[in-house]
Amino acid sequence: MTTRADTEVGVAFGVGESAPRPDGIPKVTGHFAYASDLHAQDMLWGATRRAPHAHATITSVDVGPAVAMPGVHAVLTYDDLPAERFQGQIVTDQPVLADGTIRYWGEVVAIVAADDPTTARAAADAIEVEYEYLDPLTDVDEALAAGEVLREAVAYRGVRDVHGAVVVEATYETATQDQAPLGNEAGIAIPDGAGGIDVYGPTQWTHVDHEQIVACLGLRPEEVRVHPTGLGGAFGAREDLSLQTHLCLLALQSGRPVRMVFGRAESFAAHVKRHAARMYYRHEADLDGNLVRVEAKLLLDGGAYSMTSPAVVANAVGFAVGPYRCPNVFIDGYALRTNNPPAGAMRGFGAVQTGFAVESQMDRLAEELGMDPLELRLLNAIGPGDVLATTGQVITEPLPTREVIESVRAMPLPEDSISSDVRDLPGGTGLTTPSSVVVRGVGYAVGFKNLAFSEGFDDFAEARLTLTPVGIDIHTAAIEVGQGMVTVLEQIARTVTGVESVRVVFDHTSQIGSAGSTSASRQTQMTGGAVMRAAEQLRTEILEHYGAEALSNDGVWRNGELVVSLVEACLEREFSAHVRHRHQETDEPDENGQGNLHVDFAVSAHRAVVDVDPVLGLVKVVKIDTAQDVGFALNPMSVIGQIEGGTMQGIGLAIMEELVIDHGVVRNASFTDYLLPTFLDAPPVEAVLIEQPSSWGPFGAKGFAELPTISSTPAVVAALRAATGKALTRVPVRPEDIAF
Amino acid sequence: MEIVRPDSVAGVLDALASHPDALVLAGGTDTMVLVNAGALRPEYVISLRHVEDLKAWNARFIGAGVTYARLEESEIAALAELSRTVGSPQIRAAGTLGGNLGTASPAGDALPFLAAVDATIELVSKHGSRTMPWDEFLIGPKQNALEPAEIILGAHLPDDMPWRTAFAKIGVRQAMVISIASVCVTRNEAGETTVALGAVGPTVLRARRAEMMVSAEKDPDEAALDEFQRLVSEESRPITDHRSTAEYRRMAVGVLARRALERCLV
Repeated sequence: MTTRADTEVGVAFGVGESAPRPDGIPKVTGHFAYASDLHAQDMLWGATRRAPHAHATITSVDVGPAVAMPGVHAVLTYDDLPAERFQGQIVTDQPVLADGTIRYWGEVVAIVAADDPTTARAAADAIEVEYEYLDPLTDVDEALAAGEVLREAVAYRGVRDVHGAVVVEATYETATQDQAPLGNEAGIAIPDGAGGIDVYGPTQWTHVDHEQIVACLGLRPEEVRVHPTGLGGAFGAREDLSLQTHLCLLALQSGRPVRMVFGRAESFAAHVKRHAARMYYRHEADLDGNLVRVEAKLLLDGGAYSMTSPAVVANAVGFAVGPYRCPNVFIDGYALRTNNPPAGAMRGFGAVQTGFAVESQMDRLAEELGMDPLELRLLNAIGPGDVLATTGQVITEPLPTREVIESVRAMPLPEDSISSDVRDLPGGTGLTTPSSVVVRGVGYAVGFKNLAFSEGFDDFAEARLTLTPVGIDIHTAAIEVGQGMVTVLEQIARTVTGVESVRVVFDHTSQIGSAGSTSASRQTQMTGGAVMRAAEQLRTEILEHYGAEALSNDGVWRNGELVVSLVEACLEREFSAHVRHRHQETDEPDENGQGNLHVDFAVSAHRAVVDVDPVLGLVKVVKIDTAQDVGFALNPMSVIGQIEGGTMQGIGLAIMEELVIDHGVVRNASFTDYLLPTFLDAPPVEAVLIEQPSSWGPFGAKGFAELPTISSTPAVVAALRAATGKALTRVPVRPEDIAF
Repeated sequence: MEIVRPDSVAGVLDALASHPDALVLAGGTDTMVLVNAGALRPEYVISLRHVEDLKAWNARFIGAGVTYARLEESEIAALAELSRTVGSPQIRAAGTLGGNLGTASPAGDALPFLAAVDATIELVSKHGSRTMPWDEFLIGPKQNALEPAEIILGAHLPDDMPWRTAFAKIGVRQAMVISIASVCVTRNEAGETTVALGAVGPTVLRARRAEMMVSAEKDPDEAALDEFQRLVSEESRPITDHRSTAEYRRMAVGVLARRALERCLV
């Protein structure tokens, strides 16, 4: 018999605890079903035929040899598309299948479905496609000159002809980074026998996929159900459609379930990338170091189609000055259309590129002024009540810019001695580098970004909580991509209701309204906020019904006595609460890019310690320390996991991750040659969490998981500059950039 | 797909005679990548994993089936060092010396060692065995002198193994990376020095002029080391590709060779 004392000590695994992930053990033991594990009876296998060129005219397509192959059930090209022939979540400009022109390497020309994967591959290869090769447009300056602009975004504030006594000017570049999620694209579409279809594919936002798929199939919205699947990572790569529409087209054509599973090479062709960028910067300050004027021109390579470029360039502009005060700001940002692979969302979403440039500029300015780089940042740092330099909006929520800088500065540095373990030396087990040649460098950087959707977007998330005989079900369309949202939603519901036995049910698009995208560091605040409110409503409804004061796994409590069990309550009536949660409205930008464009922000700081072989240009990151603005750590272990992972993604961009693209063609579409940091490249990460509660996040929590990626890259490069004296204006920094 | 698993070299050769197009599979660390990518669709596979003769290893001979996990324990410094740089622990547990010879990539980690010690390669077929110098076996990028119906038995090392050996390899991360330049240097008590270069030419190369120059130096001073480094760079024949530039490789291989030589001089 449960006693009253049990309910008073509070629920286990509520907020603030490192509650275990419900999917943790299944993932570690191999029992978790990922998208690539999906099967259906009588299933066919799909395959794509992709273009080998970045720019070409299709002069002829003959599907005859594929159609004639035994075991082939469907072969489709552009001419077979039944309804809307273009898709795209912001601008509908991407042909579902190539429309006669190839605009990027790997564009899909035709799709097939066959009895088995080998036949499907052979059939796709048997299609005869003739191309007339065209020169690809691959340079952003040339694209700008040619007027190939996907979106121009600006931030103009202050007076143009005010100038500072100290000026630093430089051009920065970031190369193309891939999200490189471990799980390749995979999915299945299953016709329902009544003209409709169920599709399971890699996604971060089922409802936005749904709109596009419905249009392309020419079906009614309720005839298409987009389901979440088990995802092996996303990082932005699943924000745009990859294979979902193709699966549906093949399944409807053949009348059978169709599955596709991409290999690693095809995965590199199938999802959007982080925008490569070229950024022209000019900072002006007075002799004391106060920023007077920042001017920049930002060129982001959007690749062949819009994807999320219009939003990415707005973000790049919005965070182009960093979390610093500056009265005169003139930023021109362009997302350009080229024949490179389409770029879209990736962790940091535009703020990574300008974050690298602006932090590099702050170091350059400090050097010119003869100031300590952190003092320069502290002098110009903004916090609550200050004005965001780019949009002119007043910061109303906590923004601990000074605190993250001061915290990371106060953390102890590692010992000076260079390790004698080869695994800790630059070059590692390759034995390239004697410790006698190693030079150490230390560098700092700050990261800054918005949380949730901006620019007037109607940003909402739905959640429905229902009482069940064994606990509470949390229904949501929000996507768990591995980040741990599933755990914090449970923790929020536990703490609010007192019921420990809760679980998240991932609904499809007909079962619940949108949760918005799992991106923009938003789900903890948005879906978490919806779950908190729904949990409060559910708890109130049950307690009022029974005139009671507490809930637990056992049931409903009044005056220390159990009134009814959960089973009895569920038999009596249905208890359920459905919430659509919105954050405070934001403005659309005016013609100068001004307004309350963003609802909230987060900051971070990193300090990197690197050991460098200056002759060979090889680098070992020795240690990374960071301070992060998290509002309130709902799950400290999960927070640390996001910080470590995000930091490694930023280290990757700093020193090795680059999709090598030559005339629009990707040359390293494999994990042999697209180098991700290994365990031996991962330094110890020490993190300080700054907990200044947000007024609108559940229990004061803030989104933050993009921030570690933003400040780690410029911190590593600052450390490399300190060690080598090189300018290093491009990431990733390659050995030859240091050696020559 | 049919797979046979003979337990002797004779069994392998029998199977190969009946299926001349068979895929001969050892560790599979190169081959299975091609199979998984759909680039290779073997109908008939001969697995070498149970052939004990190929796993023989002694001071004078390394069987083709000896894995890098075993070679990591070698008393020959360069052999242990290069083996440690091969892939991950899983790959070293599967990958074999014969695999590097079979693939014949200029970036094969073991090949600079075999070149530097002037190893000879023994091949065997139903008609008997033949042994040839490493540079007659490795004839081009991913090309070797292996005939159909022939397999690699292993590599013979010279009687008078050099006194000191050293290996070094550059890749753009701390481990599990394909070489963008590698070297193996050997030096005996008389000062005779050899240096072999990987990933900076169509095949593994020997920097003969650098060897000759430094072999004449009993106790090379800074100027001699500078000259050695310069000659090695000059004798390399690198290309620019997605992994690195020719300019960097040329510079780096000279630096690596000098540092490896310095390790041999200690």
